[in-house]
Amino acid sequence: MSADANSVALSHPTDHADGHAHPTDKLFVKVAVILAAVTAVEVAWSYLPWSDWGDGKALYFLEVGGLLAMMGFKFFVVASVFMHLKFDSKVLTRIFYAGLVLAVAVYLAVLATFEFFTGGGSTLPN
Amino acid sequence: MTDIADPHLAVPASGDAHADHGHVTSTGISNEKLAMWTFLASECLLFGGLISTFLLYKNRSGTGPLQETPHDLYDLAFTSISSFVLLMSSLTMVLAVSAIQRGEHRALRTWLGTTALLGSIFIAGQVYEFKEFLNFGYGFTHSPAWSAFFALTGFHGVHVTLGIVMLLSTLALSLTGRIGRPQAEAVEIVGLYWHFVDVVWVIIFTVVYLIN
Repeated sequence: MSADANSVALSHPTDHADGHAHPTDKLFVKVAVILAAVTAVEVAWSYLPWSDWGDGKALYFLEVGGLLAMMGFKFFVVASVFMHLKFDSKVLTRIFYAGLVLAVAVYLAVLATFEFFTGGGSTLPN
Repeated sequence: MTDIADPHLAVPASGDAHADHGHVTSTGISNEKLAMWTFLASECLLFGGLISTFLLYKNRSGTGPLQETPHDLYDLAFTSISSFVLLMSSLTMVLAVSAIQRGEHRALRTWLGTTALLGSIFIAGQVYEFKEFLNFGYGFTHSPAWSAFFALTGFHGVHVTLGIVMLLSTLALSLTGRIGRPQAEAVEIVGLYWHFVDVVWVIIFTVVYLIN
């Protein structure tokens, strides 16, 4: 690869003759910086004095919902970019997310069965 | 063999093209890569079970004199740094894959070694954290909350350790000249496992450490 071609490869995803777009190192570094920033926001979010601002449900949902949203974003970005799902065959995306969706559905049902969302798991032994 | 109309069945005649494409399978994806993705999908169920168990038991601190739950003793600043280290190891891993796809062996070794080092730092941090909890008197059998915590984070730690072994094995294969550009997909598959371990920690860090 010539110097010119290499500089292009480092700045834009490249399309090969096989139809797959290949991400560049520059994109990976950018994504890592974004992930690090989101992690910093997550930690700062958890340090905010939520209890001083009230004890309403809305505030609780904002605290927990914000953390879960940032977690979901990080998960999706790592799977899409670092694990190449965005650039690879859609079959792999379907396989992985099928397992993930199944797991989430099964364990939400389990948590609901044990009253996690309503009674704090009061049916479980201490 | 080079005149196959279906692009998914096409095999590069020279064997010099990208090693991660053009496999002779009905999906166009190699069996090894498909197997790894299927394995990772099944791992979602495994970790989902461990995370759910922790959520159900996290406030069950037992009946003895020591009544603290894991959340009472976390050192959030320390674990945040560990999480950052593991997150950055995903970057070095993907750079290793990128390097071998370009045929850059020295860069591959550098990034593989760096990834293994960052993974080892994460594990060292986890061992230190476990030791601190044990010093406080909280072991695996102390209470349901501590059992669930050690089972979840310990299981993840074992996965990271296995990942480090895979990274060092790949590094050894590269140093002995047995990993070249045609074997780039083998490095990519090791990378998939490593990134999965990272995304599982993304969930554990939020659900176990940040949300009270």
